[in-house]
Amino acid sequence: MTAPAIELKGISKAFGPVQANKDISISVMPGTIHGIIGENGAGKSTLMSILYGFYKADKGEIHIAGKQTHIPDSQAAIAAGIGMVFQHFKLVENFTVLENIILGAEDGGMLMPSLNKARRILLELEKEYGLNVDPDAVIEELGVGMQQRVEILKALYRHADILILDEPTGVLTPAEAAQLFRILDRLREEGKTIILITHKLREIMDITDTVSVMRRGEMTATVKTSETSPTELAELMVGRKVLLRVDKEPAKPGEVVLDIQNLRVVDDKGVERVKGIDLNVRAGEVLGIAGVAGNGQSELLEVLGGYAHGTGTITMNGQPIDLTGKSSDGRSRRASGIAHVPEDRQREGLIMPYHAWENVAFGYHHDHNYNSGFLMDNKALRDDTNAKIEKFDIRPADCWQEAKNFSGGNQQKIVVAREIERNPDLLLIGQPTRGVDIGAIEFIHQQIVALRDQGKAILLVSVELEEILSLSDRIAVMFDGHIMGERMPNETDEKELGLLMAGMTGEVA
Amino acid sequence: MDFLTLLQVLDSTVRLATPLLLACLAGLFSERAGIFDIGLEGKMLAAAFFSAAFAAITGSVWLGLLAGIASSVALSGLHGLASITFRGNQLISGVAINFLASGLTVLIAQSWFSQGGRTPSLMGEGRFEPITLPFADALKDMPILGPIYYELISGHSILVYVAFACVPLTWWILYRTRFGLRLRAVGENPAAVDTAGISVVGLRYVAVAICGILCGIAGAYLATALQAGFVKEMTAGRGFIALAALIFAKWRPWYALSACLLFGFLQAIALRYQNIDLGAFTVPVQFMDALPYILTVVILAGFVGKAIPPRAGGEPYVKER
Amino acid sequence: MDIMPKWAEVVLVPLISLILAAIISALVILAIGEDPIAAVKLMIEGSLGSTYGWGYTLYYATNFMFTGLAVAVAFHARLFNIGGEGQAMLGGLGVALACLYIPWPHWSLALLGATIGAAAFGALWAAIPAYLQAKRGSHIVITTIMFNFIAAALLNYVLVNMLRPTGSMDPATARFSEVVHLPTLHDLLAPFGIEFSKAAPANVTLLVAVLACLAVWLLIWRTRLGYEIRAYGHSESAAKYAGISPVKITMIAMLISGGLAGMMAINNVMGEAERLVLNATEGAGFIGIAVALMGRSHPVGVFLAAILFGFLYQGGAELALWTSIPRELIVVIQALVILFTGALDNMVRMPLEKLFLAMRKKES
Repeated sequence: MTAPAIELKGISKAFGPVQANKDISISVMPGTIHGIIGENGAGKSTLMSILYGFYKADKGEIHIAGKQTHIPDSQAAIAAGIGMVFQHFKLVENFTVLENIILGAEDGGMLMPSLNKARRILLELEKEYGLNVDPDAVIEELGVGMQQRVEILKALYRHADILILDEPTGVLTPAEAAQLFRILDRLREEGKTIILITHKLREIMDITDTVSVMRRGEMTATVKTSETSPTELAELMVGRKVLLRVDKEPAKPGEVVLDIQNLRVVDDKGVERVKGIDLNVRAGEVLGIAGVAGNGQSELLEVLGGYAHGTGTITMNGQPIDLTGKSSDGRSRRASGIAHVPEDRQREGLIMPYHAWENVAFGYHHDHNYNSGFLMDNKALRDDTNAKIEKFDIRPADCWQEAKNFSGGNQQKIVVAREIERNPDLLLIGQPTRGVDIGAIEFIHQQIVALRDQGKAILLVSVELEEILSLSDRIAVMFDGHIMGERMPNETDEKELGLLMAGMTGEVA
Repeated sequence: MDFLTLLQVLDSTVRLATPLLLACLAGLFSERAGIFDIGLEGKMLAAAFFSAAFAAITGSVWLGLLAGIASSVALSGLHGLASITFRGNQLISGVAINFLASGLTVLIAQSWFSQGGRTPSLMGEGRFEPITLPFADALKDMPILGPIYYELISGHSILVYVAFACVPLTWWILYRTRFGLRLRAVGENPAAVDTAGISVVGLRYVAVAICGILCGIAGAYLATALQAGFVKEMTAGRGFIALAALIFAKWRPWYALSACLLFGFLQAIALRYQNIDLGAFTVPVQFMDALPYILTVVILAGFVGKAIPPRAGGEPYVKER
Repeated sequence: MDIMPKWAEVVLVPLISLILAAIISALVILAIGEDPIAAVKLMIEGSLGSTYGWGYTLYYATNFMFTGLAVAVAFHARLFNIGGEGQAMLGGLGVALACLYIPWPHWSLALLGATIGAAAFGALWAAIPAYLQAKRGSHIVITTIMFNFIAAALLNYVLVNMLRPTGSMDPATARFSEVVHLPTLHDLLAPFGIEFSKAAPANVTLLVAVLACLAVWLLIWRTRLGYEIRAYGHSESAAKYAGISPVKITMIAMLISGGLAGMMAINNVMGEAERLVLNATEGAGFIGIAVALMGRSHPVGVFLAAILFGFLYQGGAELALWTSIPRELIVVIQALVILFTGALDNMVRMPLEKLFLAMRKKES
């Protein structure tokens, strides 16, 4: 019997008080694709970083092709035949493809011979695996799909037999993802061993031979993919039955609150990200915007939130909103009844070193309740914070804690409490449950539904299709800056939405 | 301005541009590797003092040069310790190094020589003397080309030729060698270098060390070739003009040469003519002094071509989880 | 997530940095063949041993409070203003113009007018780098360095070609009139029966500086503007989300910063020299960096650090007078303080964090 390509035995790793990996063992046979699935923060990336020599495990052994191997740094990992494609690509943006490929794997001190040799080998690799890339293209001019190919080619150029891919489809359209999977299939046929880290069940079911499930730093199970089901994996992942549907009454949509006509948004780099969309949200309904990350949803939220400029017409309760001028900022938007739970609470929604009570006023710090004359009324702020902590069950219940000391779920509760308690006419909410634990997810979903039932309009943006399907009263799908179509949740399914998200209209299916 | 005056001004331009060029290339190596260095001034100053001091004590300008380089590299090491190993603020570290050099040079000069923060004047073997290039005397009387060769090209100290040779050398290292590729990469995206199995810390320390060596030569040139000995604060902002030239040159070697020659020319003019009478109005000497800084601000403002620094510049590298 | 308690971060890190700087300075003194203990005694004697010494210590401290506050306010908006020196130079010009060309009836009105002039000129000099940072993304550290040199050249030109009295060879303005001379601590304390040295330059500006500390504290920690400045300093993306304009905050923070640096001039130009000379700032703008770092950008910290540096400056002058140790020793100490508190702070912090982690483990 052949030795496993990789065998991990009893790997443990702690970051300070946090146990990221606890006594983890896996073994992967050569020529197979092994999936590792788990929620955000389950310890998948840490484990792979140990395998790639980024971190040193506190305990445990790594065996490559049956031999115990010590991997103190990335160089050792590369020498052991391990290649890694990170979630955020590690490419030098203003270098060419060729320069990126030889970086660290040059032959000798002079550049020209290395480049010439690499060009030759690259052509062979491209032929062998069907990975076409222009060797002289500059990275920043390539799309993400192409950049990912460069990363794979980089690993192959270094003679990697084991390829680790960390959340490779996060930034890809379904079409690009399908293409990636064809490449992975081909690599498997050629005898390469692949480890695929993902939190998407469908990918695991589609392509892997075996799958391991991680939860809170522990390996909860390793099974043959053919002998398991998505439901079983999901249960293993979260540790209990998942609530797929949120209990809610049918919506009773009222007047149009937000109306968007022909909105266009151009980003700092001059790229048009939103390409003329029309949308409206009514009182008492949740409009869900589905789509793969990076298809213009973030820019839509930014314009509505007042911190990006756009062109077109937007009215709020019938009143036009300023999209480029002086009153196109967060403060004016809040004044016109728009509240906003941003997609990234750590970068946008909160000031991490601010105390909870300072964060509770963030964006509303001009409110006269929070001010007495020239100075801010800190006592009023703290009283208000304590009330919100109690109502939203925020833990630790201490308004003097800095935002960075709360867990992801409690941070999100602070933001949600702040925005919902303003009693806005329209709530913008982006990725409401990203990096949030199950308990807080349920709570936040209930809050969204409750606000809707009070007759408020809600615009929900999420990359989690399940979340969109369970919360929305109406669904719009965004792709490449366009709205591909609108569907009612009870008249559609994940398959149809998935096709729309990939830029294909319904008829193809 | 007659031909000979022009030649003399250009000759003085070359001599004044030399320390700028060396310091500018020093900054180029450091900043291309992602380590901002506003401590060029301090390193030059330290090197100026130690080269003059050792040249005065030993009577050998070469030992002086070595001592100057050693002191500058030591300060580079300190900058590396702060900004690479301990991931501190590179700008603040640079500021500290400038003050450290400014204070220590006078302190030690006073302790060693008791001449009010100066070194004794250097003579003979203690200085880099001008070199007369082959045939300079013979070709001197040839029209046009003769004087250019004799006045402008020949008759500088060896360090001037070293500085100018460093320009193509830097270009070659940067764009034609493996080290150059890695150096440029680490200044743009250290994570790419790290995952490729190359030590980010090692590369950056090498870059910072090269920066120290070049600043050392620049300082030694000031004290042992351009002038004959060290005086307090003798760099007189040249480190900052070099920094300005680096930005002006958009971190590229050949552009650096042009920028340093331009700034050297401005200094030469300001030195020779106090106020420049243009007929309708006079250009005051203070304006000429300020011109390099004004030009740099204009460039930085992006009104004349945008200067984009290396992308990872100024940020300490922390592996992400 | 916080390994160290806040007090350790605020008190221990600067204190240990200071001790490290002191140890190295002592070694330097030893190396040049002097006795460090005798040197410290001499410094304390010379700067704190008499009201004359105190008068100088507080005079220097007044300068450093202004420049330290200037750097601190900018730090809160995550802007590194190295241009305090140039802004203080321009502030001097503002003071000189106000004192020379306006016939003030009384020193108190002149103080008010000169303060406005100083702050306005300092703010103006900070405004251009601020605008270029806010609108064009030009790195403010580099532009403020460049503006220091441009300020020096400008001041040189103005003094030599415009403000120099005819017949004078000195690049300086004429003396200010008797009316605008500020009362010294001697004048202020005499009514209370306190004897204070007549020769020392500390003057009423000290009170202005203390008021400035208080005002900055109120601004940063109690007002909406301070809330916005700190928020922007912590996270630009979050500030944008909250409707805080980066352009506005960058401009305002730098204008306040430049204004504070400029206000230093009422102390050294109006209070001490009573005319504007070349290089009146004597590097005080740069000491502001050390003071702000040491004081952790908090007005109370800045106040204490400014007095410490005032002591070092006066003590250093005494050393230079009585020993062979030149004044530049202070520049070395200043450099070391900047290095340890601003750049090698992690080196100081790491062992401390380990210590606290070990202590916590022991407890649990």
